[in-house]
Amino acid sequence: MEKNSIAKIVVIGGSAGSLEIILSMVPKLKNDLKFPLVLVLHRKVSSDDILTDVIKLRTTLKVKEAEEKDILSPATIYICPSDYHLLFEKDKSISLDYSEKVNFSRPSIDVTFQSAGDVFKENSVCILLSGGNNDGAKGLQFTKQHGGITVVQDPSDAEVSYMPKEAIAIMEPDYILKSSELPDFINSL
Amino acid sequence: MNADLTDDEIDILIHQVLDIHGYDFSNYSRASFKRRVLRLIDLFKFKTFRELLTLVKTDKSFLERFIEEITVNVTEMFRDPEFYISLRNDILPQLATKPFIRIWHAGCSTGEEVYSMAILLKEANLLKKSLIYATDINPGVLLKAKQGIYPLSNMKSYSENYINCCGKEDFSSYYTAQYDRAIINEDLKKKIIFSTHNLVSDRSFNEFQIIMCRNVLIYFDKTLQNNVLKVFDFSLEKLGFLALGSKETLRFSDIIQNYVQVNNQRIWKKIQ
Repeated sequence: MEKNSIAKIVVIGGSAGSLEIILSMVPKLKNDLKFPLVLVLHRKVSSDDILTDVIKLRTTLKVKEAEEKDILSPATIYICPSDYHLLFEKDKSISLDYSEKVNFSRPSIDVTFQSAGDVFKENSVCILLSGGNNDGAKGLQFTKQHGGITVVQDPSDAEVSYMPKEAIAIMEPDYILKSSELPDFINSL
Repeated sequence: MNADLTDDEIDILIHQVLDIHGYDFSNYSRASFKRRVLRLIDLFKFKTFRELLTLVKTDKSFLERFIEEITVNVTEMFRDPEFYISLRNDILPQLATKPFIRIWHAGCSTGEEVYSMAILLKEANLLKKSLIYATDINPGVLLKAKQGIYPLSNMKSYSENYINCCGKEDFSSYYTAQYDRAIINEDLKKKIIFSTHNLVSDRSFNEFQIIMCRNVLIYFDKTLQNNVLKVFDFSLEKLGFLALGSKETLRFSDIIQNYVQVNNQRIWKKIQ
């Protein structure tokens, strides 16, 4: 195995009310995470890279906007660019995709969760946060069926509870966590 | 939606499409391709993978639909306004002194971006000495591109894009509204030649000052990307421009040493 090759992936999906959680979480993450962390957040289409910069300021982990063919590295936070879906290839690289919106969203959380489940199977961890639509639910279901670990933010803790509730309605997540519990959970993976 | 396909099934499908019909998807990015196949199975309500495979093998008319659905045909006019600002302000002025401007738009899909380019050329007073070759693998979408008829409901966001890229004219003067459709003006179509061209198997066919290929390479693996970029390099005049999608790059290709990036948009100038 190459020194930098990875076995596990953690994907966090969120929409309205999730950015605050991410910003307060990243400073608490260990800087030697053995896996990459991929963020898929619904946001306004924009060609600039403010989200990446904002997260960079809060962590010593490497932070970069995901580019197509990027080889996933540990201890790195990859931000899905706005207006592209993000997929994983079998060789642990990233593909971007400009196909139809899914759940009125591009990026779609379902798309990346499913791809994580498909490629990383039991070594995928998918975490769904606050949001106002039903994106992510089917992806979590898929990941769970493929042996991955699924986490949903406690709806009572979410600023917008619709998205976590939609997931819990169709599948049974392995963990339901408050946002304050996320850093420890991720650090322990 | 939660249906699944094995890697073997994907391989079988790719080999059959190549053997029988000559379309080679083996160097397409696998993750996207698999998603497209699953989407197609869902769309046509196939109960099994076999059902899809049989139709692909036996029904030539289905193949055209297959290609159309497997390839991504999502596009819009003036997609990425900043890119078009750069074309307008940085690139076109450099071509203004040329006696003739040849442009290849590879993977043009339903043509929205081809007409965006035609509008820019017209506004720069360059359209009359330009010729745009717009190509795609897919005859079905090329027909739509050639017709230049789009849902009127899309024009609002296209108009916003146009304004965001410093469009000074009345955007609605570039089409005729008819019921729920917008028909692109004939004068914009006159300087465009639409033709099928498969980037995987077809070669260069002319020499150009601009080659546009946006959000096509992201669906190819590195090997195929590199091959296609070599075709572009071969087809581009010295000091010509290569314009890619907002997340595509020459960075890892064999041709990078012949190019300099023009600005922070994904446009490269061929310097040797």
